[in-house]
Amino acid sequence: MDHAFEFLVRQGDNVLVLGHRLSEWCGQGPVLEEDIALANIALDMIGQTQLWLSYAAEVEGANRTADDLAYLRDAWDFRNVLLVEQPNRDFAVTIMRQFLFDAYHVPYLHALESSKDQRVAEIASKCRKEAIYHLERSSSVIVALGDGTEESHKRMQAALERLWPYTGELFLSDETDDAVAESGLAPVLNDVKARWLQTVQSSLKDAYLQMPDNDFAQIGGKSGIRHSEHLGHMLSTMQVLQRSYPGAQW
Amino acid sequence: MYAQMIKSTGQGVKSDEQMTEQERAFQARIDAGEKIEPKDWMPDGYRNNLIRQIGQHAHSEIVGQLPEANWITRAPTLERKANLIAKVQDEAGHGLYLYCAAETLGISRDELVDMLHSGAMKYSSIFNYPTLTWADMGAVGWLVDGAAIMNQVPLQRTSYGPYARAMVRICKEESFHQRQGFHIMMAMCNGNQAQKRMAQDALNRFWFPALMMFGPSDKDSVHSAQSMAWKIKMNTNDELRQKFVDETVPQAHYLGLTIPDEQLVLNEDTGNHDFTEPDWSEFHSILKGDGPCNVERLEVRAKAWEEGAWVRDGMMAHAEKRASRKAAAG
Ligand SMILES: [Fe+2]
Ligand SMILES: [Fe+2]
Repeated sequence: MDHAFEFLVRQGDNVLVLGHRLSEWCGQGPVLEEDIALANIALDMIGQTQLWLSYAAEVEGANRTADDLAYLRDAWDFRNVLLVEQPNRDFAVTIMRQFLFDAYHVPYLHALESSKDQRVAEIASKCRKEAIYHLERSSSVIVALGDGTEESHKRMQAALERLWPYTGELFLSDETDDAVAESGLAPVLNDVKARWLQTVQSSLKDAYLQMPDNDFAQIGGKSGIRHSEHLGHMLSTMQVLQRSYPGAQW
Repeated sequence: MYAQMIKSTGQGVKSDEQMTEQERAFQARIDAGEKIEPKDWMPDGYRNNLIRQIGQHAHSEIVGQLPEANWITRAPTLERKANLIAKVQDEAGHGLYLYCAAETLGISRDELVDMLHSGAMKYSSIFNYPTLTWADMGAVGWLVDGAAIMNQVPLQRTSYGPYARAMVRICKEESFHQRQGFHIMMAMCNGNQAQKRMAQDALNRFWFPALMMFGPSDKDSVHSAQSMAWKIKMNTNDELRQKFVDETVPQAHYLGLTIPDEQLVLNEDTGNHDFTEPDWSEFHSILKGDGPCNVERLEVRAKAWEEGAWVRDGMMAHAEKRASRKAAAG
């Protein structure tokens, strides 16, 4: 297995899948300002996808493009964590999922800025600027809605509990994580976890939300071994034109 | 247009003698090309007319997100996906500027939204047509945003300051949308047989609905006469429709597409194209609520609003709590 390719695809797939999920909200947000903000984050994430997957395709050297990787792989070749493929459900789940990911994304990208690979460092630096804004936004919404009304608090707590089992996968190192940490391409995940936890604890406290004391983790996304049922449906929508009209230029 | 069949006072334009002194001074400012600002005195008719027009325009931007959002999750490349998200996001932004412009006239966004959901206010007929293939993303950008530009460019000179300024920002983005739509069409027309078929089919379905956007002929309408005297409407519907046809026909030829109108011909005497009028009974039935997507479009918007109530309430409650905590902390 080419660990560098695997690593790059993981980065790209996380933002592709999450960006796609956010884009499902377009035109249907709870309030115009949130609609615009979600679209903005989706847009950033699709842009980040292009950077990561283009580089992945180059590293692979098999004459594939970023679009080929996005549109012509099946679910088992996707390498995103399970967290990002979870369905939007209500706004509480959407924004909590976003917060839990952003809180990881910012320190992770920060660490990647010191990657031995210059190109990875550059992409990470560009993405981190956007991720910082995403985190500012998602954490402030978490705080507002956790505090807000009885109903908004209840929904946010429920969303947190529902998504919590999907956070562990972000930090459980596997062979690829170990290999890219070893080679200086990417950080040791445990170091990122400490910063993630700090952010999560402090925002949840401000939001009057209770952090679940359960460290059970659902895994299988970033290895591609066992995605959720949801990913297949997402891809069948996302890839429909490329699959139906092979080779067409759009 | 994004605002169709707007009712004015219904009384026709007042003559100099019929106007009060205040009204005469107001009309003189408009005639001199001055901008009316929110704090200025204005006739009730002017205010109400503008609320209807800007409100309908804002609703059109918001409901207008839906036919295109319908394809965001199926956009065929990462670049097309990003462009389409950006476009739909722009439309939400247009809605926001326009609601803000309407608010300067003394009506809240919530009131306007309620009127949309209750059917008391309309949005453009065009958004009640379905988007069925990817080529529709091309046709909508090219024709619908194209038609919107025809109407909105002159509105940059409209007499109401906040509306004119909103139009300046909006027009820049609309012309970008139009180009983006045209590029999608171009890719389809240079593509395989299926893509060419999609492109022609999209033009077939959107041509007459696009012509309807300008509204029925209003050369004899008292409402339009008053709106034009107040410079909140700058051209007649027929003028704009003609301009749209004249500009669009060569673009369709360039794409290798056929406009679905056998009567369409360049009139050597006028230099304009003669064309078939759209089916106005279809237009009126859409305004009544019987278009192919009226029910669904409103349902989606109303559902988003209802399901978002807890979010809006939560944010409001948090803001209030925070303010009172701050006050308590002294
Ligand atoms: Fe617009
Ligand atoms: Fe537009």
